[in-house]
Amino acid sequence: MAPDEEELSINEQAISASEDEEGSDDERKHKKLLEAIGSMGGRKRKKQNERSEASVQVSEYFVNAEGTGDKVNLSDLLGTVEKTSGASNKTKKQLRNLQSSKETLELPLNKQQTEKIQRGIAYEKTTAEVSCWKNIILQNQKAEQMVFPLNQESSGPKRVEQVVAGWKVQTPLEQEIFRLLHGSRQPVNDPVLTPVEEQSLKAMSLEEAKIRRAELQKARALQSYYEAKAKREKKIKSKKYHKVQNKAKRKDFLKQFDEMVKTNPEGALEELKKMELSRMEERMSLKHQNSGKWAKSKAIMAKYDDSARKAMQEQLQMNKDLTQKMVVPSDDEHESIEEGLETVPDFVNDPETVIDPVNPWMRGQLTHEEPEVSCVTAEEVQTAEEENEEEEIIGEFERKRKLRQADEEDLIPTEEEQPASEVVEEDVVEVSDKEEEDEDEEEDVSEFNTLFRLMRSEKTREGSNQTRGGLNTAGEEDEEGLLSEGQIRVRSIEDLEVLDEVVEPRAIEEPSAPQTAAAEATSEPPHKKKREINLKEVLTKEAKAVRLPFLPTVVDEEERDEQISIIKEAFAGDDVISDFIKDKSRQEAAGRPAVVDLTLPGWGEWGGVGLKPPRWKRKRFRIKTAPPPPRQDQKLPDVIISEKRTASVASHQVSQLPFPFQNTAQFESSIRTPIGSTWNTQTVVKNMTKPKVVTKLGAIIEPMVKEDFIKSKTTAAGGKGAAIMLGENRRAKEGTKRSAEKHRGRRSQKRKK
Amino acid sequence: MLVFGFWTTKICNTRSTQQNRNVLFCLKKDPFPGEAPIPQKQLQKFQRGKKCKVPAGARERLKEAIAISEAMSEHAQKQAARYDLLLPEDAGFLEGDEDEDTNTISQADIADAVDITSGSKYFNLHLSQFGPYRLDYSRTGRNLLVGGKKGHVACIDWQTKDLKCEMNVMETVNDVKWLHTEAMFAVAQKRWLYIYDSKGVELHCVKKFNDVLRMQFLPYHFLLATASATGFLQYLDVSIGKEVAAICTKMGRLDVMAQNPHNAVIHLGHPNGTVSLWSPNQKESLVKMLCHRGAVRSLAVDKTGTYMVTSGLDRKLKVYDIRAFKPLHSCFLPAGASCLSLSQRGLLSAATGEIVQVYQNVLGSNPVSKPYMAHRLRGQIWGLAYCPFEDVLGIGHGEGFTSMIVPGAGEPNFDALDTNPYRSHKQRQEWEVKALLEKVQPELIGLDPGQLSKVDQASFEQRHKEQIEALGFDPLAKDKFKPKTKKKGRSSAGAIEKRKRKVAHEDQRDEIRQSVQERTEREKELKEKSNEKKLGNKSTLDRFRK
Repeated sequence: MAPDEEELSINEQAISASEDEEGSDDERKHKKLLEAIGSMGGRKRKKQNERSEASVQVSEYFVNAEGTGDKVNLSDLLGTVEKTSGASNKTKKQLRNLQSSKETLELPLNKQQTEKIQRGIAYEKTTAEVSCWKNIILQNQKAEQMVFPLNQESSGPKRVEQVVAGWKVQTPLEQEIFRLLHGSRQPVNDPVLTPVEEQSLKAMSLEEAKIRRAELQKARALQSYYEAKAKREKKIKSKKYHKVQNKAKRKDFLKQFDEMVKTNPEGALEELKKMELSRMEERMSLKHQNSGKWAKSKAIMAKYDDSARKAMQEQLQMNKDLTQKMVVPSDDEHESIEEGLETVPDFVNDPETVIDPVNPWMRGQLTHEEPEVSCVTAEEVQTAEEENEEEEIIGEFERKRKLRQADEEDLIPTEEEQPASEVVEEDVVEVSDKEEEDEDEEEDVSEFNTLFRLMRSEKTREGSNQTRGGLNTAGEEDEEGLLSEGQIRVRSIEDLEVLDEVVEPRAIEEPSAPQTAAAEATSEPPHKKKREINLKEVLTKEAKAVRLPFLPTVVDEEERDEQISIIKEAFAGDDVISDFIKDKSRQEAAGRPAVVDLTLPGWGEWGGVGLKPPRWKRKRFRIKTAPPPPRQDQKLPDVIISEKRTASVASHQVSQLPFPFQNTAQFESSIRTPIGSTWNTQTVVKNMTKPKVVTKLGAIIEPMVKEDFIKSKTTAAGGKGAAIMLGENRRAKEGTKRSAEKHRGRRSQKRKK
Repeated sequence: MLVFGFWTTKICNTRSTQQNRNVLFCLKKDPFPGEAPIPQKQLQKFQRGKKCKVPAGARERLKEAIAISEAMSEHAQKQAARYDLLLPEDAGFLEGDEDEDTNTISQADIADAVDITSGSKYFNLHLSQFGPYRLDYSRTGRNLLVGGKKGHVACIDWQTKDLKCEMNVMETVNDVKWLHTEAMFAVAQKRWLYIYDSKGVELHCVKKFNDVLRMQFLPYHFLLATASATGFLQYLDVSIGKEVAAICTKMGRLDVMAQNPHNAVIHLGHPNGTVSLWSPNQKESLVKMLCHRGAVRSLAVDKTGTYMVTSGLDRKLKVYDIRAFKPLHSCFLPAGASCLSLSQRGLLSAATGEIVQVYQNVLGSNPVSKPYMAHRLRGQIWGLAYCPFEDVLGIGHGEGFTSMIVPGAGEPNFDALDTNPYRSHKQRQEWEVKALLEKVQPELIGLDPGQLSKVDQASFEQRHKEQIEALGFDPLAKDKFKPKTKKKGRSSAGAIEKRKRKVAHEDQRDEIRQSVQERTEREKELKEKSNEKKLGNKSTLDRFRK
């Protein structure tokens, strides 16, 4: 309440001041007092002080508000302006104009009205804005088919003009060239490409397509074979097999790694990193630590069971192998070999690569404790055996493959027109290839494609190395031979490799076999026919013997009468016609609605046996329903047509008339044409059953924008024009320019007015 | 930039070539501009229904809808007429020399005259051991199935004379019928209906179907219709193996049966001279017509479903228009026809005793005069059937089977997507799948096959009644009032009863209330009127009243 107190104090001061002046009039005193009292009420109302102009009467106590009600005229102010020299002529003129005009500004409308008007204007504006969508929406509703997304660019290569149209000049050189071009009126416009050319552009060349197809086919086949193989191998349940497999894999990997170190040190480094990672993981995990449930159970059994002990040891060994730190750069078994390669002379290295890496004795690096040695030796023997087995298996595979290849090679020379020597040489190349492939075979499926490419490149390289120039050209021919592909059954991946060399001759050879088969097939039927004819000849002989004049078929009048009489006699007993008529009348009676009799005899009158309800009652209480529509068989005496409605079809029928149709006839005629392919040609069926909406798979359907349907506007408002404009586009732009100029002209004219 | 320069030059080149082309175009002019005209006759052939005219003052939407549908149907019609070019085959008939009746030309002569392949189509199978034969050709016309009365069943690829299977079922065989493919056939044996495959392996013994005498197979519905000696007409859906309908005809032994290929309605001939028409959807006959004074012996319906030919014990042969159920003409045959068969092109064959007669132009208004062809056989004729898409009539008789050449009998143009005589194994499989997908449901069988495309104009009440019948309850019925369970003894039996009574007959009460109100109003009006009338008896002093 601090401000209030202040006010109070001020007022008190004022009062005291007024008391000091004894000569002042009472009225004013009284007023002041009232004010003071009013202000004491605690209200915070601040009275506005009166403001007034300078006047004739000047008092030291107050300001006179005499002239407040009067309006100040412009002329009052102007007089001084006229006299002042500082004011510009222009403002003076304006002011004079203002003075001469008698109009006054209208009062601004109240809020409600202004808002109403604003709303009205806004509505009109929005309707105008929205109504420009009306046409396109109607059009889309009516459209027989909509294809989304709406503005799809055609696939395939575009016309040059389309590509270049949006391109803008940037460098000064370009600018110069364009200036030259436009100056010399180069024919850039009009369809640059004829439709035929466009089509030819769109289409891939035949050879290219063939090559691509062949490649794709091959890749697919290879993949499928590889997948099949992987699947089959995966299914094998034998642990031993997998062990052998794993070992072989590891071995291969080692070999590969060796090569990699020589050829691709970066790749080898990456591999090393991977190994490091695996080591880290192993160190982190408790896997192979013999601390699990299984390991514990085995530990109990280890005393008595040799195999359990062995298994445990294997686990530990695995752990050790994996956690072994790489000496210098490496630690893992593969690395150790690499290291050996670097430090030890070659002859030491040779046997080591063959020997089982699991065996620490053979690695020249003793890491195991003494007691373990005894069991490890036992293991060693087994692993050595396994190794032998593995090698045997691989050897067998090799032999089989070679055999199969030889078989195919046997076939080929007869078909091929190349000299035999070349073929043999090719054979050699293939065998060498096989070895390489063998190494690669165990790779992942995902890596397959890249691998395949690699192999191919290697092969071609080697082919060029090992063979003469003549064969080199032959190899090229083979490449071409890929294009004309026939049906070749490939049994395995190895075969596929062979395929490369053999494609062409086989493709030529294949169709010939079916042809001969077909010829045989055609040669067969005549035999059968001969038999038929024999049969017929036998049969016709008899037919000839039975050539008799037939009985008269249509009977004379007399005979007919006779026959009628006979028939009458025959069917005298059963009167078919009367039976039928009875049946029909029964049916008709059943179809007629029954009269409902609600008379209650004895109600409201005397009752008893033999008393009939009176006539008025019968009339009153018998309810007759409307007669049904005439029967279909009304005019057919010898036909009874059932009047029952078939409800089974009704459930499939349309029961309510669909929207735009006014009567059933219109609707029925609109669906009278069947749409099935049984009654129509293929194109018509497709046309009739085409979907209402077609969407492109995976494409985002954006909401429609104005620019989609008002294209001309957007192009006009394109801002800075593109460097290259073609055909109609340019013309349109010129037109817009012209129109823009016109507009500008008009505007300027208006201003002039 | 170099590249840029290159393409500009290219543009120049193309431009010049285009100009050249334009010059060429100017020189040559199409002498027949526009589409090739289609003859009116062909267009007429594919006209479907009447065109709908846009009514005056129709709304925009209606106009559009009609215009679109009309344009579409016109396009379809035109295209179909255009493609009619692809059906070039035409049928020919046998023509005799002057003063030579074609019916005197023997089969042997015809077989000699025609080419070897056609000649081989006339042959006899001597099978005198197992009695009169029934027969059936498969829908493609490639395979023939014969069934002897004494149990001999055989199926033959009759064109190559390749015997597919042969067996003796050791029972009386009443009828044989191919099912939808050549892989299966049905045999109506003494007691049950059996289904065999093409190798003669018994697939099913359908014991629901007993004492079957005649069978018909409806190919588009996959229905096997059987008529039994006990008077039952039964339908077996062979695609799902279900009995669709079993109708007791109450007409006695049913041994005359035919199907209308147009609307899949079964025609049965009865001993009292009537022919009745049946669908699986109705327990009573759709139509019953009195055709003969004696028993009906045989029946045949033509491919378009327009004509029916009947023969009876009264030795009459009658042709009916079964769209209007009116007889067109009838004639006497000396011995009466025991078997009738209509070919795809409308040739009628009738077995009179031991002679098979073939009539031309029977279907139509002009009466039968003399047979087109005739052939005498040994033994009673038991089955007659035309081979589809071939000019061949198969005859099963007491002495075996005879295949007879009837020029102009078969349809020369086949629909390869529907029934292809030359289809391969794979095509058959494909067709089977498609046919099953397009299977017509048995509910759609009726006299008018176009019923489905019509608007159901039954009233709401009628439909409601049907719905109740079909469902077994009224779906629109109000639930019965169930009083809420209340606590504190207010849900005692008495209280519930009271509450029920409050709601009971609410509808009736409403009605009564309304009627009472109406009555009172009426009475009021009457009173007022009577008052006015009373006032109408004005006295002379009334004029002084104000």
